[in-house]
Parts: sequence; structure tokens; C-alpha cells
Amino acid sequence: MTAMAHVEVNNLTVTARNAAGETFPIVSGIDFALKRGEVLALIGESGSGKTTIALTLLGHARPGATIAAGSIRVGDADLRALDAKGLAHLRGNRIAYIAQSAAAAFNPSRTIMDQVVEPALVHGLMSRATAEAKAVELFGALALPFPDTIGARYPHQLSGGQLQRLMAAMALITDPELVILDEPTTALDVTTQIEVLRAFKAVVLERGATAIYVSHDLAVVAQMADQIVVLNQGRIREAGAAAQILHSPADDYTRTLMAAARPAIRPTPRQADLPAAPLLEIRGVTAGYGRIGKDGQPRVPVLRDINLTIERGATLGVIGESGSGKSTIARLVAGLLPPASGQVLLDGEPLPPGLAGRSREQFRRVQLVFQNADTALNPAHSVGRILERPLAFYHGLTGNAAHMRVLELMDLIRLPRNLIDRNVGGLSGGQKQRVNLARALAADPQLILCDEVTSALDTVVGAAILDLMAELRRELGIATMFISHDISTVRAICDDILVLYSGTMVETGPRAAFQTSPFHPYTDLLIGSVPEMRAGWLEESHAGRAPPPVGAASDHPDLCRFLPRCAVRVDGLCNITPPPRHPLAKGSRILCHHGDEGLIPS
Amino acid sequence: MAGAPSTSGAKTALILTAKRFASSLLTLFLVSLTIFVIAQLLPGDAAQEALGQSATPQQVAALRHEMGLDQPAPVRYVNWLTGMLSGDPGQSLVANMPVADVISTRLPNSLLLAALTALVAVPAALAIGIGSAMNRGGRIDRALNIATLSMVAVPEFLVATLAVLIFSVKLRWLPSIALASQDMDWSDYLRGVAMPVLSLSIVVIAQMARMTRAAVIDQMDRPYVEMALLKGVAPVRIVMKHIMPNAIAPIVNAMALSLSYLLGGAVIVETIFNYPGLASLMVNAVTSRDMPLLQACAMIFCAAYLILMLIADVTAILANPRLRAQ
Amino acid sequence: MIAGAFHRAMALSVSGKIGLALMLFWLLIALFGPMLAPYPVGAFVAYDVFDGSSAAHWLGSDYLGRDVLSRLLSGARYTVGLAAAAAMLASAAGTALALTAAVGGPKIDEPLSRFMDMLISIPSKIFSLVLVAAFGSSLPLLLLIAAITYVPGNYRIARALAVNLAQMDYVQVAKTRGEGRFHIATAEILPNMIHPLLADFGLRFVFIVLLLSGLSFLGLGVQPPDADLGSLVRENISGLGEGALAIIAPAVAIATLTVGVNLLIDALPGRSKGR
Repeated sequence: MTAMAHVEVNNLTVTARNAAGETFPIVSGIDFALKRGEVLALIGESGSGKTTIALTLLGHARPGATIAAGSIRVGDADLRALDAKGLAHLRGNRIAYIAQSAAAAFNPSRTIMDQVVEPALVHGLMSRATAEAKAVELFGALALPFPDTIGARYPHQLSGGQLQRLMAAMALITDPELVILDEPTTALDVTTQIEVLRAFKAVVLERGATAIYVSHDLAVVAQMADQIVVLNQGRIREAGAAAQILHSPADDYTRTLMAAARPAIRPTPRQADLPAAPLLEIRGVTAGYGRIGKDGQPRVPVLRDINLTIERGATLGVIGESGSGKSTIARLVAGLLPPASGQVLLDGEPLPPGLAGRSREQFRRVQLVFQNADTALNPAHSVGRILERPLAFYHGLTGNAAHMRVLELMDLIRLPRNLIDRNVGGLSGGQKQRVNLARALAADPQLILCDEVTSALDTVVGAAILDLMAELRRELGIATMFISHDISTVRAICDDILVLYSGTMVETGPRAAFQTSPFHPYTDLLIGSVPEMRAGWLEESHAGRAPPPVGAASDHPDLCRFLPRCAVRVDGLCNITPPPRHPLAKGSRILCHHGDEGLIPS
Repeated sequence: MAGAPSTSGAKTALILTAKRFASSLLTLFLVSLTIFVIAQLLPGDAAQEALGQSATPQQVAALRHEMGLDQPAPVRYVNWLTGMLSGDPGQSLVANMPVADVISTRLPNSLLLAALTALVAVPAALAIGIGSAMNRGGRIDRALNIATLSMVAVPEFLVATLAVLIFSVKLRWLPSIALASQDMDWSDYLRGVAMPVLSLSIVVIAQMARMTRAAVIDQMDRPYVEMALLKGVAPVRIVMKHIMPNAIAPIVNAMALSLSYLLGGAVIVETIFNYPGLASLMVNAVTSRDMPLLQACAMIFCAAYLILMLIADVTAILANPRLRAQ
Repeated sequence: MIAGAFHRAMALSVSGKIGLALMLFWLLIALFGPMLAPYPVGAFVAYDVFDGSSAAHWLGSDYLGRDVLSRLLSGARYTVGLAAAAAMLASAAGTALALTAAVGGPKIDEPLSRFMDMLISIPSKIFSLVLVAAFGSSLPLLLLIAAITYVPGNYRIARALAVNLAQMDYVQVAKTRGEGRFHIATAEILPNMIHPLLADFGLRFVFIVLLLSGLSFLGLGVQPPDADLGSLVRENISGLGEGALAIIAPAVAIATLTVGVNLLIDALPGRSKGR
């Protein structure tokens, strides 16, 4: 195997230096080898060292880190023996890199074409004209729109998915023998991810380059990899052929990762003693930013005609991609954004639209939990102080009584009591999210608005938070609005589901209705885009295929907003008349011209 | 097609520039109001002071009328402002001649001093700032950091005093007094202003170099710089082709801030070297409480500041691809 | 507390330690300087004017034959004291206004910020010259003028910090908890601004030392018989031609104070290098 390996890494150790000046390893004892044309996936959670290892294949270590030991060979090049000049000669030439966030990795001040052809030019491989022609050819192969002119654009004029594909074009312009893909789809919405994955597979892999694919997502890796290396805290836990790792993992940690990636159904039986009256009701709400115009619409509308109810103790899942307005619903209920029109009712009583005019009791009953606990907890305060404030503010608890209640809350969220005096900066991501949750519970609320509470966390930690929330709901009977971009999670834990697309509700219904097709075309795209943990899914999924052609759209303001991406749009209908809202046989209501029969069957 | 702007970028840039220009004018107007109001707070009576204690009330009243002091404040403000705009900011009380004439003898000297200093300081500051950033954390960078850090905090009169001690007292190379006059030839003039320029440059170079370094380093940590490195781009090309287009706006801003200092901030240097510039004129106006002259000088300095900041902001607008594209 | 401060001091870089030492030195001189002076401040004690260093007069004599060291020891008190008080006043006022703007909404923020932007476009030396011309230069007025001159700068920095912090999720959470503006400003926002504000206070102090010494040097600052370090440079300016110690010593004194504070600020942890 060693004799024919194209890329070989032996006993690699990378060290870093901490604030006290001590050197410690961040990855150690890494060995792997791959043949020409193979794809090796490095899998792991944050802090596993997967990106660190990937960068060493370019001879690069981030500031503060050093490649301390081991050998790295790519073809005939021994990367550790090369000086800066020698490495620069390889980079962007024989070895290419595709970065995680293309939006940040493209220079905002230069055109795409300038940057795409730069590797070919700085290495003197071809003339500018030849390079540009080759770039245009790659743009076409990567299914980018307007391949002839897209190069003249600046990064801010393009979407994340387009930039990610353009970055692939930049990597491939020199026909590299090794391509490093560093979480290339992590920053993308799931429906965009599938398109980018297809483009990568068609172009990057089929050109015969050897590739290293870094990811935290086993299902994505299942589509791409021949070999998988599972990493944890800088060490290899398990390595082997992709099929073996995916179907018969040997290591406990790999099994934990696999389990967390498939969210378990967490049933939440409604408490019998709660009356069935709706706790929260949103009636015909339109909201957005900027001045409200003559038509009653704000200048930048974010939500259009939202109607929903949450029963006492129930969980409503709100799902949509970035920019769909899902977080705005939470801000609206919490009073941070007054609606332009419509009403929010709590327990049958209308809530004042903004913060002003709400009573302390009304504030107490609705609590907001933000996605990112790093920014949701004041870094200047200790855990104890954060939890005591709502106790004093709402319940007048101070001194010993408050302290006792804080201890109870710490037990409730399973945090060791000795963390009370700790500043939040010293807690792990999962611990912070627990404190974040506990602060909401301290108010003794009736409704918790959870905005993407697990998406900033690693899968395993996030799964533990979901378990905790399910348990708290069972015990305390608190209603929850669970906002997420991840349809699998929402389908697993919510009683009712609302699918939001570009500020409009496209499908609503009980959980059961989201287990069986047909779906609204957008729901269908969302569900069909979630990668499955088996090879071949990417080729089989119908999601993300090009929609049928339609004529120009009329200028009716209430036209279906999903029209440009819809796979079942009908010319002369969808682009002319606004869609009606109507029920499907399975129990959900959709906003679409199609009934049960016109939608995509599973 | 994502993100295609509906209005053209050039038009947006033009609109923004026009807005920025209007905002500068508004600010200048507010500044004139502030300066006028503060000047009105002056205790005592300008006419009384001009005539001295022995003047009769009738004489004072007559002078008050002549100076327009018997009119209500808003009227006086409008008169003063329209005077300023038409190039006649009033009569200097002490020199007893039009303020415009007093200023016109001094302004060219100030501008020349500022221009010469800028000529020396801008290239030096750019070189130090960029060089320091490229050597970040290294020995040269740390040494330059301490040096510029000290230079920005040193009072100008220490720099000027040391310059005099070294160049005219010990070495006897340069005259210790810079007299700008019409009949001097260029070599005399340059020898005369060498030390004022040197003293001003030291402070200004340090300020600009520090801000340039900060602007470049701010960009160096961006992912696109790592990407360029991983494309095999050489360090000098990374700085020139990748970082500079993004750092140009804050650098020009830093330059503008420091250059604005060269007019009003030259007060001490002008005084030490007896250089007949606008700033020392203003000090004289303060000492003699010559309010019309003082107000006019202050307005010139504020206008200069606003023009420089306007240039910096327009540069930022033009350097931003979001506004420049298409 | 003291042990903590000591540990933090030991963690400073070499230049930071030098800065701290210089700052503490001048603080002590400001407090006890006059007691240490070998001669009375105004006494004519030397036989000659502009003497060099000697055993009797370490820093020589001035243009009237007074002891420069004694004058410097008492002058430092004016320079350090006035600047520290003015910097504190400017920082307190600027930060209070900035917090008001950050939590008060656009109706308070916009006019206030507009006004401060206007003030900031009057170069600080020019602004203080206008104020001196209008109000005069007694010690309390000088203090006030220096403070007013540097309020807009502090306001701009503090407002930028506060507005950023006001967008943070934890402030949003406090708002939806129903907290009042005062609590949000003082308990949620202010504690997270302290470090950059301390650095800014140091910078203001340096600016004000330079401004006040500059004014005194021009004869518009501290008036005789009081004398700060800038006044000492001014009164001995006639010795420039002969390179008198009497003019160098106070100028160097000011430089060690301002450079020291600057070095210390730059070495403070968490401060982005090079600003």
C-alpha cells in the first residue's frame, strides 16, 4: 500500500503554544495514506483537529501552531523538507484548497475572475487569456449561472452557494493533483448544499484528483468518500473504508456520532390537566423593517400574513432557511419587533405590540432563548448573577431564598453547583446553553421561544440539550416555540410544524402530517435535501433538480414566493395568480395551486 | 441571479458622495454657529476694551454702533456669516486692518509648511506602517512600535527644542529661527523650514504609521489572506494586490486625520521657530482677544479638517466594491 | 486585591513595566513633590542664570536663578493633577452621554451624536484656544476647557462600544425580560466597556497633558505665579540658544510622563495592538 500511495501522512504531530508559553499537541500520531484519485474524509467535531490536519497537507499551520513531527508526502514532494518558497510553488498549483466560508475567503475588493485565474498566473502556468477561457469552462461545468460574465462580478454580488462553487473553479484552474476541501458546505442551507455537493462530485472528483474532504457531517461524507478517518481531540479514533465505518463502526465514539446524527423521536405527551385553550395566538401578522408604507407594508417586509397558535404545554416547530424570517417570529412575540399589522395574543389577551406597555407579568410569561449562548450570556456576570436576576426581578427573591432557587435550577439543568461563581467565559458551549435555558426557566414562564438553540453546538452536545428540553417540557408543562433550520430535529421533537419560506407560511400541520408525502414543494425540497447516511443518496435524490421553464411572472404582490425554485410550477398559473391556502388529505394545510395529486409523490 | 443591484453602483456612489458633501456643509454651518456663540460669551465689551478705560460712554456707544455690536445677536451672526462667505470676515481689532488681509499674508506660509511636511511624512509613514505590519510580532515591528508609541506622546516643544540644540546649537547647520519672507531664495527658505518640517514630521509620521499598521494588520487576519497564501501568492503580492485594496480606506482616513493636524496643530512649532503661519496668528488673536480674527482662523481650520475628512470618506466610497461595481 | 494588581503588573511586557514605573513615579511626585523640593519654589537661590547641573542644583538654575528641580517638583503637581481631573471629567461625561444615547433610541442618539460630530470637527487645540479666548485661563476654567475639549472623543469611542454591546443578545434578553433602560445601561452594557474605556482614559490623559502643557507653553495656560511643566519650558525659552538644562528638563519630564502612560496602555491585555 505504501509503495503506491499518492498522499501519505505518517505520525504527524502539530503543536500549539498557550498563553503561558507552554507547548502542547493539538493533533498527534496521525497516519493515513491514499491512492491517486481516492477521496479521504476527515470526520470530527469542533476541536478534533480535522482542519489542522488538512492544512498540513499544504505545509501550512495557522499562527501559533507548528508542525512538530511526522512526515507529509504528496506525490514526490516531501512537504516538511520544503522552505516557504518551495511550499508556495506547490500551493494553488499541485495542491489546491477550498475553504469553509467562500464568502470570507474571497477578497471583497477584487473581481471573481481576477481571483480565480490568480493561481494559474502566479505560477506562470498559462496566459491570462487561456486561464480565463478555462475558468469560464469550469464555471459552466460547475452549473453556475451566466458562466461567461459571472467572473466580472464581485463576491458581494453572489450567493454563498455560488461562491463555494467559484472557489472550486479557483482550485481546479491549475488541474491540481490533490484538492483539500475544508467543510465546503457547512455554511450553506441544506437545499443549497445538495446543489454544491452535486457540482463538486461532478467536477472535482471526476477529474481524477485525489481529495481530502473535511467535515463534521457523516451523511455528507457518505456521498463523497472512499476512506473515512474519525478524529476526536486530535487523535484518530477509527479509520477504514467508507462502507465499513458507515455500516459497521467498531469504535464507541463513532457510534455516538452516528446516533447523534439521527435525531431520536422525543415524544411529549400533553399534560391532561392543562386546559386545551391556545396559549399563544398570532393573527394575521405582517412585520418587517423600515417605515410602514401606505399599503400597510413595511419597507423591508420579513413576515407576511402569519397565523399560528400554540396550545399550553405544546411544542411548535418553525422551520425555514436563513433569511426566511423564522427568528423574526420569536422577536415579534418577545416584543423586540412590533408588527406592522395583526395581533399577538397571550392567553386570549392581546399583547402590546412592542416592549413598551407590556406588564412585568406579561414579560415573565414569555421567555426568549437565543441560538448562541456565547452572546446571549453577559460575559461580565457570573452564572449565579445571571440566574438570580430574573428571580429578583419577577419573584422578588433575594438573599438565601434566591440562592436556594439557583441551586435548584442548576440541578434541573444538570450543571454542577460549583459553577455558580464561575464567569460564563469559563464554561463549555453545552454548559453555556444550559445556563441560557435555566435563565428562561428562572422566570417560571408559560412559553419559551427557542431560536436555533442547538445549531451552534456539536451534534453530540446538541442532542443532550434536546433530551434535556424534552424532559423539562414533560415535567414543567411549558409550551415551546422551537425555531430551527433542521427539519429532522423539528420532525423529531415538535407537536406541530410550520414551514416558512421567504416570510410566508407554506405548510402547517401536526407532526404526523410531516412524516408522509405529498408535501408542499418547498417542504419536499427541504426534506429531500437532508443527506442520508448511505452512498448513492446524492445520485438518487430528486431534490434540487432544475425546475421546469415558466414565462415571465405577473407583478401581483401575493404571487407564490417559491416560484423561482419550484419543481412542479405550472406555466400560466403559478406565475400569474397567487396560490390559495388549502388542506391536504394527510392533515396539513399548504399554500400552493396543487392539491394532493399535483405534488411530488415520494 | 443573486444580489444583482437594481441601481447602478456608480450612481449610488455619486448619491452618497453628494450626501456626504451636504453633511460636511451642514457641519461647517453648525461649527460656525458654535464658534460664534462661544465668542459672544466673552465677558466685557469689545468696544470698551478697544477704547480703554478713559473712553466716554458716548465714544463707546459710537464704536459699538460702528462695529455692529448694538444689533441683536442673530443679526450679527448672519452679518458675520455672510461676510465670511463673501471673503470679508470683518475688521481685525488689534491690527486695525481687514481680517482677510491679515490672513492672506499668513495662509500661504501655513499651506507651504503643511505641504512640505506631508511630502516628507506620507511616504515615510506608509513605509514604516506597511513594513511593520509585514514583520508583525518580529523584532523590527516591536522596535518600531515602541518608537512610534513614544513619538506620538512626546510634546512638540521637546522635539523642536532638541532639534534646535542638535542642528543649530551643536552642529550649527541650520538657523534656529525660520523667517519666511518674499526676498528669500529657495535654498534659504528650505534651510529655514527644515527644522519646523522635521519637528512636525516626527509626530505626524508616528501617528500615520501606527494607523497604517493597524489598518493592514486588521486585514491580515481575514480568511481571504490565508486563502491567498494557500494559493501560493508571494507575501509582497499579498500585501499589494490583496490587502491594500481593502486597507486603502482606513489608511486614507488616517492620513487625512493627521494632515488636518498640520494646520492647527502647528501652533507650537510655529511659535518656537517664529514661523509666520496661521496658527501662531491665532495664538496672537487669543492673547489680544481679537475675536473677529480668532473666529476667522478657527473657521479656516475647521473647514480644512472637514475638507480632508470629506476626501477620506469619498475615497472610502470609491474603494468599496459594493458601491463601485458596475 | 493588591496581590492581584501585583500579578497583573508582573504579567506586563517589559515596555509595559517601564510605562507603569514611569506613571507611578510621576504620581508620587505629584503627591509628594513639593515636600521633596530642596528650595522654596519662588526663591532666587543660584548666583547665575541658566546654570548647568551642579551638586547644589541638580537640574541647574532658571532664567531668574531659581532652582529648576524645585520648580519642576511643584510644577508636576499642576500638570498631573489638572490632566487627571480633566480626563476623569471628560471620560465620565462622555461615557454617561454615550450610554444615554445607546439605550435612549434614535430620538436621543441622533441629535446628540450629530452635535458631538460637529464638536469633533473643530480640532482640539483650536477649540481650546477659542474657549480660552472666551473664558480666560484660571485653573478651574482650564480644567473645564480641557475636559470639554475631550468629551466628544470619549463620547465617540464609548458610543461605538455601547451601541455594539446594545445589539448583543444578552441585552436583547434583558429587554424582553422587561428591564428598564438604567439597568440595561449600567448593569448589562457598562461592565463590558470598562477595559477599553480605561485605555481610552489613559489616552485622554496623555492628550490633555500635551494640550495643557502646550497652552502653558504658549502663555495661555497656567498663569504665574502658578507654573506647570509647560510654563517652565515657556519661561526659560530664552535659554534655548544656549541649550539650557532649565528648558530641557521640564520638556523631558512631560515626555517621560506621557510616553510612560502610552507604553502602559499599549501593554494592557486585550488591547488590539497598534492603535
